[in-house]
Amino acid sequence: MVRIIGMLVGLFFSGWMLVTFVLGATEFVTNPPAETAEHKFHLKPKKVAFPSDGPLGKFDNQQLQRGFQVYKEVCAACHSLRLVAFRNLQDIGYNEDEVKAIAASWVIETPSVDPATGEASSRPSLPADKFPKPFANDIAAAAANNNAIPPDLSLITKARKGGAPYIYSLLTGYQDTPEDLPEANQPGPGLHYNPYFPNLNLAMASPLASEDMVSYSDGTQASIDQMAKDVSAFLVWSAEPKLVERHQTGWAVIAFLLIATILAYLSFRTIWADVKAEKKKKGAEG
Amino acid sequence: MSFPWAKEYKPATEFGQWMDEKLPLPRFIYNSLGAGYPAPRNLNYMWNFGSLAGIFLVVQIVTGIILAMHYAANANIAFDSVEHIMRDVNSGWMFRYAHANGASFFFIAIYLHIGRGLYYGSYKAPREMIWLLGVVIYLLAMATAFMGYVLPWGQMSFWGAKVITGLFEAIPLVGKPIQELLLGGFAPDNAALNRFFSLHYLLPFVMAGVIILHIWSLHIPGSNNPTGVDVKGPQDTVPFHPYYTAKDGWTLGLALIFFSIMLFFLPNFLGHAENYIPANPLSTPANIVPEWYFWPWYAILRAFTVDFLFIPAKLLGVLAMFSAILVWFFLPWLDRSPVRSGDYRPRFKKFFWFGLIPCILVLGYCGGAHAEEPFVMMSQIATAYYFAHFLIILPLLSRIEKPEPLPNSITEAVTGKPLEQAS
Ligand code: HEC
Ligand code: HEM
Repeated sequence: MVRIIGMLVGLFFSGWMLVTFVLGATEFVTNPPAETAEHKFHLKPKKVAFPSDGPLGKFDNQQLQRGFQVYKEVCAACHSLRLVAFRNLQDIGYNEDEVKAIAASWVIETPSVDPATGEASSRPSLPADKFPKPFANDIAAAAANNNAIPPDLSLITKARKGGAPYIYSLLTGYQDTPEDLPEANQPGPGLHYNPYFPNLNLAMASPLASEDMVSYSDGTQASIDQMAKDVSAFLVWSAEPKLVERHQTGWAVIAFLLIATILAYLSFRTIWADVKAEKKKKGAEG
Repeated sequence: MSFPWAKEYKPATEFGQWMDEKLPLPRFIYNSLGAGYPAPRNLNYMWNFGSLAGIFLVVQIVTGIILAMHYAANANIAFDSVEHIMRDVNSGWMFRYAHANGASFFFIAIYLHIGRGLYYGSYKAPREMIWLLGVVIYLLAMATAFMGYVLPWGQMSFWGAKVITGLFEAIPLVGKPIQELLLGGFAPDNAALNRFFSLHYLLPFVMAGVIILHIWSLHIPGSNNPTGVDVKGPQDTVPFHPYYTAKDGWTLGLALIFFSIMLFFLPNFLGHAENYIPANPLSTPANIVPEWYFWPWYAILRAFTVDFLFIPAKLLGVLAMFSAILVWFFLPWLDRSPVRSGDYRPRFKKFFWFGLIPCILVLGYCGGAHAEEPFVMMSQIATAYYFAHFLIILPLLSRIEKPEPLPNSITEAVTGKPLEQAS
């Protein structure tokens, strides 16, 4: 009985799948789906290496500080970094006094309450504060940016497929619109063509439009490429501040496990030796 | 215990003696996982994944309890509380990545464990109950993993919860009320997050309970083995401890090495970038997909694109998806071949390796891809085969197939000498 019902259910599902397949395949052959412009024009992130790549990857604090400078002087006008606190900058090589100074001089102040009147006000930031947001809320952010909200950058390298190379490609990838770009995919008013962006047009104008937008204190030449790389590296850190600790712990754990596994394997061989000895030899009559 | 030659527990100390009289827990452990459980001598490495799944369940419980100490199940702060664990809690990043990747490793183990059962006929008499309890464990594992994925309250958490609970809507009449009951509202929100957290904490312990039943029921007939032939005498078995504890032990080391590579060097490889964006009910991600271990079922769900008479395609997909798993409950009665092991079933073996396995891999691949051609057509063919395999091919095969001759005993299969004479 189970088998008869089962067979009927099976015939139904399998049969209907085949019918659906034939319908779909006919449609596919007679009326093949047109290639979308996104498929045609969208580019994969460029190949670019960061010191944090790979199982031996480490941060280069010099680079992170340069990247922070780009964030501070360019991106912070529009993008928040709400999960990072000023005190975290000590991890990338600033000392306590420097962090205090950076917090105190941050252009946007930390929201607070006036101690005398109780009214909403703001105060200079302290190292324990998170980076204050450039806009009071999403509506203000959208209103100032052509209806697009600049996303928070704290986790951006983990929140986008392609990670840091994608951010780098996006920042260096602005182009003139190609001649054969279909009408529907032309950038509308306030949008900018960038083939690395999934739907090809985004509301952020090229933020690193010219060289030397920042002047690096370590003397590095601030080319567009260099700034893009540095800020991307900084955003790897902001998304994964424990990366170096993770890599180092990983090696220690794996070294321990290798030794333990080898010992366990040897004792396994010893324990099984008598049982294995009885096994018939390969090729012997069976 | 089922085998008369099983070693008997003898307390070594006076305290052991005292304990054995009051609460014979050590005896119980000895008989289930120790030297008191005789296991076939010829188990291959496919028999290692049951205990491995058990260990990963423990990993999940331990890391999960630690995460729960810092996690806040509130839709406003859940996302940030996870980031707080990643950034500020000592070694919090390690517990969180271990828990996220541990779920994948649990499912890898359990899929290989189920695959072993399917190939070697471990679901057949007298082990039907072991198999049925196994399917229950798997269903609980899926529910647990699904609800766990909602907890960080990222974009994929939110939209995954919305799509999966939305499936119930397809059921006529009762669907909508069921969906609202699951969510505690009309869309995923604080109520849903809280009940998912509560259940995500509870279900693994329910699983642990069912696993105890699973192993209890295993110890009545004893383990199956690669020949599928019953154990016939003491020479066919070795005591579980130290033989299989040593074998499981060293492969556990190997598994933990792979686990560590993922955890420490590729912790987000199996995840979705979208889930690092806080949940936003107003912005739908381009491709809503569940975690990889659900992909085959998700492909079956999405393969149904055409209504059947008055049954809408969506409902068909939901029914098919649930049936695809529920069919396992009937497997012991669908496959009537008296031969257990696929090694001795020439046709079954071909259907298994060239039919079922590729079919599941195709479904898995298509389930993770965009719902566009050619992936939809591929999942339709694979879905057709999937149901045909379990519901049509296996029942018919057991009638027409001529199995190869079975060895007289496990010992004979291993040593080449008949059971009595083997030393
Ligand atoms: C004038 C304001 C402004 C500045 C300055 C700015 N951005 Fe943006 N950015 C935006 C807006 C608006 C968007 C949203 C674009 C959209 O979704 O169409 C955006 C989007 C982004 C994205 C997300 C792209 C995606 O995949 O969704 C990244 C990454 C980014 N910006 C990085 C940066 C970096 C790095 C800097 C500094 C070098 C920077 N931005 C400077 C306004 C700005
Ligand atoms: C948390 C999940 C699970 C755990 C911890 C677990 C654990 C175990 C253990 C330790 C064994 C004995 C050793 C072995 O044969 O590998 C076993 C046997 C078995 N399990 Fe599971 N199991 C789980 C889930 C499942 C599932 C989902 C199924 C099938 C759908 C299943 C089917 C079986 C069968 C049929 C046996 C008997 C195996 C034999 O002797 O051939 N198990 N299980």
